Amino acid sequence: MTSSTSNSNNNTLGGPSLMETLFQRTVDDLIKGIRLHNPGSAQSSFISKSLDEIRREIKSTDLATKSIAVNKLTYLHSLHNIDISFAAFHAVELTSSPIFNFKKIGYLAASLSFSPSTDVILLLTNQLRKDLTSANVHDVSLALECISAICTVDIARDLTPDVFNLMTSSKNIVKKKAIACLLKVFSQFPDAVRVCFKRLVENLEKNDDQMLAATVGVFCELCSKEPRAYLPLAPELYRILVECRNNWVLIKVLKIFEKLAKLEPRLAKKVVEPICDVMKRSEAKSLVFECVRTIVSSFYEYEFAVKLAVGKIREFLLESDLNLRYLGLQGLLIVGQHHLWAVLENKEIVIKSLSDVDRNIKVEALRLVMSMVSEDNVVEICRVLIGYALKSDPEFCNEILRSMLLTCSSNVYEIVNDFDWYVSLLGEMSRIPHCQNGEEIEYQLIDIGMRVKDVRPELVRVGRDLLIDPALLGNPFIHRILSAAAWVSGEYVRFSRNPSEIMEALLQPRTNLLPPSIRAVYIHSAFKVLSFCLGTFLLPNKDANSSFSNLVDMDPGFTYSESEQEFTETEHGANSSSLHKKDMFTRESIVNLLTLVITSLSPLADSHDVEIQERVRNLLGLALLAQQEISCHHEQKEKRVDWVDLKTYILIRLVNDALSEEFGPISSSAQDRVPVPDGLVLEENLSKLDSICADVQLPISEKFSLVRPTYLPTDGDSLSSRQNEDESETSAAESTSLLAEHRKRHGLFYLPSDNNKNASTSFPPANDPDHIDKDVEDLVKLTEESLVLKRKPNQARPRPVVVKLDEGDRHPTIAVKKIESNDDLISGAVRDVLLGNEPLSQSNQLGKPSGRKKGKAHAKVDQGSELKDNTENSETGNSGKRRSKHRSHGKEKKHSDSGNNVEGREENGKEKSGGRHGRHKAKQSGGGIDVVDQKQVIPDFLL
Amino acid sequence: MGIRFILMVNKQGQTRLAQYYEYLTLEERRALEGEIVRKCLARNEQQCSFVEHRNYKIVYRRYASLFFLVGVDNEENELAILEFIHLLVETMDRHFGNVCELDIMFHLEKAHFMLEEMVMNGCIVETSKTNILAPIQLMDKAS
Repeated sequence: MTSSTSNSNNNTLGGPSLMETLFQRTVDDLIKGIRLHNPGSAQSSFISKSLDEIRREIKSTDLATKSIAVNKLTYLHSLHNIDISFAAFHAVELTSSPIFNFKKIGYLAASLSFSPSTDVILLLTNQLRKDLTSANVHDVSLALECISAICTVDIARDLTPDVFNLMTSSKNIVKKKAIACLLKVFSQFPDAVRVCFKRLVENLEKNDDQMLAATVGVFCELCSKEPRAYLPLAPELYRILVECRNNWVLIKVLKIFEKLAKLEPRLAKKVVEPICDVMKRSEAKSLVFECVRTIVSSFYEYEFAVKLAVGKIREFLLESDLNLRYLGLQGLLIVGQHHLWAVLENKEIVIKSLSDVDRNIKVEALRLVMSMVSEDNVVEICRVLIGYALKSDPEFCNEILRSMLLTCSSNVYEIVNDFDWYVSLLGEMSRIPHCQNGEEIEYQLIDIGMRVKDVRPELVRVGRDLLIDPALLGNPFIHRILSAAAWVSGEYVRFSRNPSEIMEALLQPRTNLLPPSIRAVYIHSAFKVLSFCLGTFLLPNKDANSSFSNLVDMDPGFTYSESEQEFTETEHGANSSSLHKKDMFTRESIVNLLTLVITSLSPLADSHDVEIQERVRNLLGLALLAQQEISCHHEQKEKRVDWVDLKTYILIRLVNDALSEEFGPISSSAQDRVPVPDGLVLEENLSKLDSICADVQLPISEKFSLVRPTYLPTDGDSLSSRQNEDESETSAAESTSLLAEHRKRHGLFYLPSDNNKNASTSFPPANDPDHIDKDVEDLVKLTEESLVLKRKPNQARPRPVVVKLDEGDRHPTIAVKKIESNDDLISGAVRDVLLGNEPLSQSNQLGKPSGRKKGKAHAKVDQGSELKDNTENSETGNSGKRRSKHRSHGKEKKHSDSGNNVEGREENGKEKSGGRHGRHKAKQSGGGIDVVDQKQVIPDFLL
Repeated sequence: MGIRFILMVNKQGQTRLAQYYEYLTLEERRALEGEIVRKCLARNEQQCSFVEHRNYKIVYRRYASLFFLVGVDNEENELAILEFIHLLVETMDRHFGNVCELDIMFHLEKAHFMLEEMVMNGCIVETSKTNILAPIQLMDKAS
């Protein structure tokens, strides 16, 4: 309409409509024109010029002109990504032409360019219906193809009957497309399932390959979303598996069985033989591979089948064709999850593939190698991998390093037994020229330092080797690693054989290549090294020890844990070596050290970077003071023993005490657990935000700020610490020996029992069994605060309790359901159709619309009851809240809703005991009888 | 949904045919095509025909100057898709006679027409060359 009026306007204005018709550029002209212009600005200006032309042409009343214009637009849209939404109406107009060619152009434009939000789609419905009922099969297939491309809810709802009729068409071409089209119709309008499903199933029973291909394709897609609903179709599918010889169809059927077999062991038992037969018989690699994949992912319990599949995989691996080798590796990766022997059997091929030309194959091989890693072979495999990393291109080299770092660090370095080895491996990795995993290595160096005490001497050695190499400073990729090395060397300098060497490394001139933030770490580490050196020089050893106890006396909040004491004891070795070090530090060497510090840092005292400036000044302050006093003492030789009077002495003692405090690993949720200090009044400052974040703040204030005094450990901690204190009093020796033994075995530094004083801020370690109690508490909190924002950090922490409460293992599709409730509706409808006619007839009585509503209700009940399961243990009030939410959806549903709720819970109970038949909730329309019905029905269907 | 998209791209990286079976905005298409083309064209003959990209698996094959790229979801059988690509090429070859890039360029709508016969909703529905070409031959006769 609009176009014709605007067009007549054009005509009356003497517009160039006739000229355009005569001299209109054809599609070929347009393409040639585009080819003539170089890509870039010339081409795009040509395109925009053509677009202007087309805009005029498209308004023509002459359909031929219009069709060419639309065709050109389609070309521009699909190959040059030009927005042609302005032409949507004209495309619709063309579809109504009786001339097939124009109709075709219109439909093509519509299917390629319409988006779900194109408003003129509404206008298309009528035309689609007309074409669906056309006598010309080609009109019909155009319409069906268009529906399958751009189907909306409205189109699906309005045209379901027409598509349904076409499913019995005598023309194969139409029938096949009607079937294929259903997938889209179902996804938009789940109630169509009730109408069309039976006819769809009928097609499974016929022997027409064309129909079978289309039908199986639809089922394969449906199945991938909610397989359980299609279990009753097993007999039909089984027949196809045994009888059909069409590879395309067989591949799809295998995919369906892969899903179904996971749900029903009896079915798996039945089909595993035929699948093996297909695998043995078939010549087609695609089909053989599909059999292999099906078996290794769903039938891994059947030893003979797996053996057969692994044999085929081996054949693939030995092929010269790269594609087959790649797929062989992929297959191996899947087998490896349950049958590691298969991977180990093919170890040589896998390792060899690491140096393949193709990166994809290398990556697969790497994944496989990583899957083989265990405590026993980690050292050997890492050695091999480092060798490959050195040979590989930078990208793959980093890929290797990344997976090594990931694998070794997984689950708090579970597979690493020899940390000395691992730390030196990290050092080795850092020196690989292409290494770009600085961030991860940095993290692990520090993390290991904090977690594993025994490795610290080695760590310091590795750090020193990295620091003193001036060449490394030139590689920006490893600056982060150097930062970790500097921190480690500073923090654990007491294990160093030669602290002044570290000092020199930290202050070497080339450090000016480092970014300021890392330089600041260097300088702070230099500070630690210096105070350590001065400390060993000035403080006699026993005094150093007593300073620990002094500290204990000074601060009532601190009571030194046995671990700390033990620490000093175990480090007696180190301390005694530092006795030697004291001998090493002559007055002269200390003076030299001080001079070094002062000369190299003085220029930095005016640095523009505040971090650097501040730290340099700290360090210089100490160094200058020490230099003054020590060299001054130098002159009065007779008083040399009287260090105690010096300011430096007092200062160093205090500083060393401060520095001697241990750092421990920090849990990712540690921030949440920091108690709010007493003096801080959160509510007052943020009172205006109360209405917005009431949910967030209330629990915080309850849990943290008021109940717990600042430095008191949290519940779990205080409990464990109290226990520890008791233990240390009563059976200190025993527990100490136990602990020592335990540590010897694992080499791990368990924070909670060791460090309750250092961790006075109650930061828990990453994997702390003591915190399970806390986790329950957290869970309660979690249900109180339905705020997503708050949830995230909580979930980041490993929380076994949540895993147990989560029903995910029994309901694999929860996530999908929540996103795509339509799938749920589809499967619900499918179940209704497949499992007895009662629900079907009921829904027929109720009529379509109410059926749909019911579907919605199911979904909600489903979600509701699941949520409830999650929270049941912790909060009972919740369900009430939820139920009331349901009620608000409509009066007439209220009754059935609450009924379903109860039933849902009953069923959950059954599921827990009953196992695999459990998941029937979506099909609750008929009430309790159905549940019983179904349990009988499914086994009957199973062959 | 099986096949997510089909692209035909020449050696220079220019798209010659693009068919999507799920809705993507123009920007998303542009970005996706750019990334995929860069990834696949950089590969040589000695490398395998499968590339993982985002959540797609790209199965591709090169015929003379033209790359056929098919994006599938992770469930799809790669070798079957390779066979499908070959079938598509053979079909076009039978219709155009020694098909080349220009045939597809200048007969884009025909290429789409063939594809529509072969694939609906990302599912392969027809694998017989004769069946695929029947309607298009009828149409050619009529005009």
